[in-house]
Amino acid sequence: MLRGTSASVSVRSVSKRFSAFPALTDVSLDIAAGEFMALLGPSGSGKTTLLRVIAGLEVPDSGHVLFDGRDVTRVPAAERGIGFVFQHYALFGHMTIEQNIAFGLDVMKRRERPPRSQIRERVSELLQLVQLEGYEKRYPNQLSGGQRQRIALARALARRPSILLLDEPFGALDAKVRRELRSALRKIHEEIGLTSIFVTHDHEEAFGLADRVSILGTGRILEVGTPNGLRTSANQVVRSFLD
Amino acid sequence: MAHPRHLSEPRLLQLLLIGIALAYLGLMIFLPLGAVLVQALQDGSGAWVAAVTEPDALAAVRLTLLVASIAVPLNLVFGVAASWAISKYEFRGKTLLVTLIELPFSVSPVVSGLVFVLLFGAQGWFGEWLASRDIEIIFAVPGLVLATVFVTFPFVARQLIPLMTMQGREEEEAALSLGASGWQTFWRVTLPNIRFGVLYGVLLCNARAMGEFGAVSVVSGHIRGETNTMPLQVEVLYNEYNFVAAFAVASLLAGLALVTLLLKSFLEWRHGDELAARH
Repeated sequence: MLRGTSASVSVRSVSKRFSAFPALTDVSLDIAAGEFMALLGPSGSGKTTLLRVIAGLEVPDSGHVLFDGRDVTRVPAAERGIGFVFQHYALFGHMTIEQNIAFGLDVMKRRERPPRSQIRERVSELLQLVQLEGYEKRYPNQLSGGQRQRIALARALARRPSILLLDEPFGALDAKVRRELRSALRKIHEEIGLTSIFVTHDHEEAFGLADRVSILGTGRILEVGTPNGLRTSANQVVRSFLD
Repeated sequence: MAHPRHLSEPRLLQLLLIGIALAYLGLMIFLPLGAVLVQALQDGSGAWVAAVTEPDALAAVRLTLLVASIAVPLNLVFGVAASWAISKYEFRGKTLLVTLIELPFSVSPVVSGLVFVLLFGAQGWFGEWLASRDIEIIFAVPGLVLATVFVTFPFVARQLIPLMTMQGREEEEAALSLGASGWQTFWRVTLPNIRFGVLYGVLLCNARAMGEFGAVSVVSGHIRGETNTMPLQVEVLYNEYNFVAAFAVASLLAGLALVTLLLKSFLEWRHGDELAARH
């Protein structure tokens, strides 16, 4: 039941400026269905903007975003079928864990919405996936940072998105929790096989976790490749970033 | 908690400062409040009851409640909408809008009233047009509402803008990414996050709406039983040397202030963290 359908992602010549500052300049990138892709770069490289453009939280000034070949550039985030995990969790503080995870299902139109019992089943299935069974009735502020991020992940998966987007998901956590969550994320990715794109500035994290890594600098993609391929890259800028 | 002696000010200085603060409070707040009550009750509680149930006084109470019940909801909706726009979106003229929202605080209430007389009065820009259609704004209830809305319009927005700016957009973006519509996001995520800030703003807005004197005085025309709100009624009675009645109505306003203060303290006590976002 966990395995959903994955979609491929194509970014075609996307540019985006914030007032005078160019965040993305003519960026193109193809991500296969089911692939685990890392967007790696220093702050200001445009990696988060690229992720938000894919999510529909930013509209590019020019260029297109395609999911499975379908142009979604003008489709609002709510209708893209994505799951998004934020650096600072963005859990709803006034809702219980159960209500947080069920949110995406609760807001569906009446005729599409699954019945209560099915929603409850889905919540406990997801809690099991992130190894937090029995936390239904707690509130986010009763959980540790690592636990909150697991809940945020479960919430993002509730509607069976075809693409999972993660913005520095471990950025706010300490090293030990970070390692645990990394392997949990990799395991979950293998279990449900979802197209996953995550943003990080930590190259160990990118190389240890992803199938392929895109290295960004000043709003452009410098190089894309597998972790092994990139380690022997000839590109001077990439090399200086890795060492 | 006891502080080590050498880290505190001398005992005498502490006592002196506390004494000054208490004396000041007593002189500036408790004495006048007490005077209002004493004056109001000086001919006995029977006279107080008679004064506040007199037809013109009751009309003033009703009018005050009517004006507040129109002005406060209007400013609630406007305040939430403006704070939402200012804190969650980037647009041209945003700083100007923030400044404009604060404007009624820096304009003298008399001017706030006069503006509406200039617009809608008999000699005003729209005076003739309104007169030919038998629409009364100045010296009538619509004028009182307009003046009150203008004067109390910053309260809700001022409370919410810093709060919503601090909360940022992440939770709203999370809701959108989970498939929620704009309305669902507002009702289920934004509003619950700011509910005590909203309550606090409404409370202050209401206190001012009921107590406003200057702007309302200009547009009212002081017609007893018709366009006199409670503060105006107090003035009329006082000018007629009817002190017991004047202070009786004033004591109702003072009671309103006390209730506001109690509710405000309760909110600050229970939900201080959320409210602390205000400047």
